[in-house]
Amino acid sequence: MKTANTAAGSGKNSNTFQSSRSRRFKSGLVGWLFVAAAVILIAAFYFYPMIQALILSFQTGTGINMKFNGLGNYQRLFTDKIFLTAVTNTFIYLLFQVPLMIILAMFFSVLLNDRNLKFKGFFRTAIFLPAITSLVAYSIVFKYLFAPDGLVNAMLMNIHIINAPIQWISDPFWAKVTIIIAITWRWTGYNMIFYLSGLQNIDQSIYEAARIDGASAVRQFFSITIPLLKPIILFTSITSTIGTLQLFDEVMNITKGGPGNATTTISQYIYNLSFKYSADFGYAATVSYSIVIMIIILSFIQFKVAGDRNA
Amino acid sequence: MLKAKRASMYLFLSLAAFVSIFPFFWMIVSATNQSVDVTQGRLIPGSHLLDNLRNLTSSVDIWNAMGNSAKISITTTILAMLIASLAGYGFEIYRSKAKDIVFSILLLSMMIPFAALMVPLYRMFGKITNFFPTFGIDTPAAVVIPTFTTAFLIFFFRQSTKMFPRELLEAGRMDGLSELGLFFRIYLPTMKTTYAAAAIITFMSSWNNYMWPLVILQSPENQTIPLLISNLGSGYAPDYGMIMMAIVISTVPTALVFFLMQKHFVAGMVGSVK
Repeated sequence: MKTANTAAGSGKNSNTFQSSRSRRFKSGLVGWLFVAAAVILIAAFYFYPMIQALILSFQTGTGINMKFNGLGNYQRLFTDKIFLTAVTNTFIYLLFQVPLMIILAMFFSVLLNDRNLKFKGFFRTAIFLPAITSLVAYSIVFKYLFAPDGLVNAMLMNIHIINAPIQWISDPFWAKVTIIIAITWRWTGYNMIFYLSGLQNIDQSIYEAARIDGASAVRQFFSITIPLLKPIILFTSITSTIGTLQLFDEVMNITKGGPGNATTTISQYIYNLSFKYSADFGYAATVSYSIVIMIIILSFIQFKVAGDRNA
Repeated sequence: MLKAKRASMYLFLSLAAFVSIFPFFWMIVSATNQSVDVTQGRLIPGSHLLDNLRNLTSSVDIWNAMGNSAKISITTTILAMLIASLAGYGFEIYRSKAKDIVFSILLLSMMIPFAALMVPLYRMFGKITNFFPTFGIDTPAAVVIPTFTTAFLIFFFRQSTKMFPRELLEAGRMDGLSELGLFFRIYLPTMKTTYAAAAIITFMSSWNNYMWPLVILQSPENQTIPLLISNLGSGYAPDYGMIMMAIVISTVPTALVFFLMQKHFVAGMVGSVK
């Protein structure tokens, strides 16, 4: 790898009388100028607010009347029923939705990677299509499709899978199922694209060699495909986990967090605490930090489970 | 045996394609039907397209919301391209140990959920409102400013810059271009496809952004399209035909971007993993 100094130092200003030290300083400075705007903006709109949130998380009160509350907010987390429900809901989504989606995405990508498949382009575009919709727009569409007198119930009753309409939105159990179906619909095709590109990078001769050695298709999948797709599995599971921990648009627009708090998520609870109830910014910041910590822990676990970073 | 396997493959894929496309089909068909027909599950196009459009435009100012969204998304995309590509280029071309450390710190920001930033950012813009009302709460500028720079995009440009042929820069220096000149005259035109991919991702996510506009925009005339749709959808006696019309309209720009630039779109998504 060429270093910055040699790359920039051979510029037209590299007069022989200019000391190499000042040149090095200059090229270093130029580099910093290129990155300065981005660094300042990220510092101002990500790191500075996080420091503010940390300070807020030890305070209580509303609006500008904030006072120090020690660890009070953090203690409150453990006895706060809504918070605990929101965490439980978020983890239920995580546990069922992420694996379901990743398995489906992998499954479809393996089918689509078949060399003799016809209409490949159509299938790929069709399955990817949900990813172009806005989260709000598709949530509203799903809310109506899954209404008690909606099309999904009508279809299921027509083919006699159910006798009475399922309360997709207003039953605590089915409401969670609806949210999981919705997110899976929206993101499976998106994740599938990553697996497809991963599969295309696998050298076909590996499979041919395995076939000659008499490995079955299932064996090939588990011994070749999965290990070679590991970085993609890691990438998609981390991004999906972070996405699910931040789930907001869907619950706001499909169920509003209800019935009761059966589908509410941590993000929605932060929003409610800050802008719907009595602007409890201090406690909202405390809840925010709980998601940050969860994201860090889960990403760390996923890296560990997937083995070394560069796998 | 092999035939059965083939058949089940097509069956699975057709089912998946059906499930993926059906909501689009339903949404478009419903936009042409009366509300009452939609509730009765009518799945054939009707003749109420124009009625629905008339009802929609007379009850909400959807064109204003589309305009707001367009303004915000286009500004966000232009600023994001400029700042993120300068940074991605800077981190890779003028590489140094200190910059690598700063870069890894920037990457940590990807782990910060927006919900955690929402409250402090809202307070920050509350203060800004007192001094610069045009950048404060309830302005399009406040939607753009904290969201356009993302570590993801900087990372994306840096990764793409690794493929950039540095000999071109040497040649440019010989021709007497300044360091900034090299970036604008040589790097930028060479990396068109990277910019296209990055612009698509940024435009899409900005167009669809919901949480921050919901927090920071308050007056109806500043509403973006997701806020308008969300409000329409939360009514108690929804006019389904009209709402589906609004959803179809709101999806047109992202659908166009997708279909016109499909290749770049996929390249953009996948490029970030490699």
